[in-house]
Amino acid sequence: MSVGTTMSSQPVSVKTTDAPTPSMVSIAKRQRLQDIVFHRLTQSLSLLVLVALLGIIVSLFIYAWPAFHKFGIQFIWRAEWDIINEEFGAAIAIVGTLASAGIALLIAVPLAFGIALFLTETCPVWLRRPLGTAVELLAAVPSIIYGMFGLFVFAPLFADHFQVPVQKLLGSMPLIGFLFGGSTNGFGILAAGIVLAFMVLPFVAAVMRDVFEIVPPILRESAYGLGCTTWEVVRRVVLPYTQKGVIGGVMLGLGRALGETMAVTFVIGNANRMPTSLFSPGTSIASTLANEFGEAADFHLSTLFALGFLLFVITFVVLSAAKIMLLRAEKAKGL
Amino acid sequence: MEFNQQLYKKRRRSNAIGLTLSLGAMALGLFVLLWILSVLLSNGFAALDWNMFTQSTPAPGSDGGGLANAIVGSLLMVGFTVLVSTPIGVLAGVYLAEYGDQSKTAELTRFVTDIMLSAPSIVLGLFVYAIAVATVGNFSGWAGSLALSLIAVPVVVRTTENMLRLVPGSLREAAFALGAPRWKVSTMVTLRAARSGVMTGLLLAVARISGETAPLLFTALNNQFFSTNMNAPMANLPVVIFQFALSPYENWVRLAWGGALLITLSVLILNVVARVFLREKSRV
Repeated sequence: MSVGTTMSSQPVSVKTTDAPTPSMVSIAKRQRLQDIVFHRLTQSLSLLVLVALLGIIVSLFIYAWPAFHKFGIQFIWRAEWDIINEEFGAAIAIVGTLASAGIALLIAVPLAFGIALFLTETCPVWLRRPLGTAVELLAAVPSIIYGMFGLFVFAPLFADHFQVPVQKLLGSMPLIGFLFGGSTNGFGILAAGIVLAFMVLPFVAAVMRDVFEIVPPILRESAYGLGCTTWEVVRRVVLPYTQKGVIGGVMLGLGRALGETMAVTFVIGNANRMPTSLFSPGTSIASTLANEFGEAADFHLSTLFALGFLLFVITFVVLSAAKIMLLRAEKAKGL
Repeated sequence: MEFNQQLYKKRRRSNAIGLTLSLGAMALGLFVLLWILSVLLSNGFAALDWNMFTQSTPAPGSDGGGLANAIVGSLLMVGFTVLVSTPIGVLAGVYLAEYGDQSKTAELTRFVTDIMLSAPSIVLGLFVYAIAVATVGNFSGWAGSLALSLIAVPVVVRTTENMLRLVPGSLREAAFALGAPRWKVSTMVTLRAARSGVMTGLLLAVARISGETAPLLFTALNNQFFSTNMNAPMANLPVVIFQFALSPYENWVRLAWGGALLITLSVLILNVVARVFLREKSRV
């Protein structure tokens, strides 16, 4: 402001040297135009992401329409998948998806919490960086590797050393025995859940560690100063402070687990029957798509699109919730 | 006040239990993950030989064979994906960092990009099938590349934006004070300052897409023969691994392990290189 006033009170000679020449005006005009073009170009490219999202929802729905039209909303809870008679329902695949992802989180979340606790509190400082990097690198391993590991190594061991003894021990128990019935060939919902757990574990652990690190050191130090044990600091200070971030991280893991194809397809057993026990083979939405899409035509294809649409909606809701939670956690950091 | 010995002991006990469990979780996690890697390395290196790089995938029941067509197909598709998604992702990231600070659309774009980062990749495959395979009438390498771009672009957008935000505002102000127009400041000053960070984003995007199987199943499909025609179905490592691992032929399974090793090694190397890039950046 002060510069402006002194400028205007300058002698006339300065004004004339500052007066824009025609070439300056044309440069300024050109740059203004370039600026507008650049602004609009980058803006439209960033809007492409939104266009893609809308495109996904609309095109999946259009292709799925024959299936939704024929079965209506009941499609979601019909427990039938008969390709020959064209009787379809999504319940089997939805149950398989939710069950395998649920088991995966039940196993992965406590482990991820333990790993994050170790990395932020008890780990010696010189080990923190290498171990943290190892966790992050393992989150990058392609999911098909976990699938192959599940198929060739895990499933046979799981059958011999877990399923058979557990079935012997608990299979005839009342009330919970049915959970452990069925064949013990190593494949099934539980096996898929366990493989999936180790696939999402590094991912959830990395998010949790990042969230734990946003706790202001002064909070931690005050708690230690009052004589808290490490466990109490984590339970009563770190965890309440990072609650939203932790939930967000867990839901991000859930989103991954729900939509995972390869790690599940190799071990879930791929049977279009309603699973009756933890050992029975089932199918998830993603693995049904991976297995059947190649041979599907016409109406069958449309039902597969309907499954894909449902999967997208479910993961979209879960991921949105996760994102909102994480955003709130980030805001709390600013306090 | 009297010292409560009992309470003290209880607290120490629960602390010891909690920390032991946490150590156990770390050990179990590391053990399983090392186990997976060791299985992969031993099976993969046993399968690795020169033929893998010179011969195409074998026909059912025939001996030998390699992965040459799948390696070339993967490289082609990933290459085109990088060519397409780099300009889109970087420029979109520039918009979010330089222009879209407060606007509602920028907020929404950021939100949707984050969701697309974790969206089920198989659904992206379905989408590309609907727009680029069903309409054209055949599976193609282009469709595969498009599906991969849908995964790569969000990664590039978000890392570019984050890296640009790390560029100090004084640098921008200095450039503006010299009279530089906004687009020049964005491309020649901030983007250049964030160069290594943007490279990191690109490398991470490549690492992310080179292992993706699900979106290629319905788009690039597979091709038993050597082909560089992007308009036709194209062989690629992840789908070949998927098919061969589930096959009854011994040499197919062997090739699947070899391919799995190739993919994992390249993904891990890309990640390590990306990290080195980033570390050099933070040191400067």
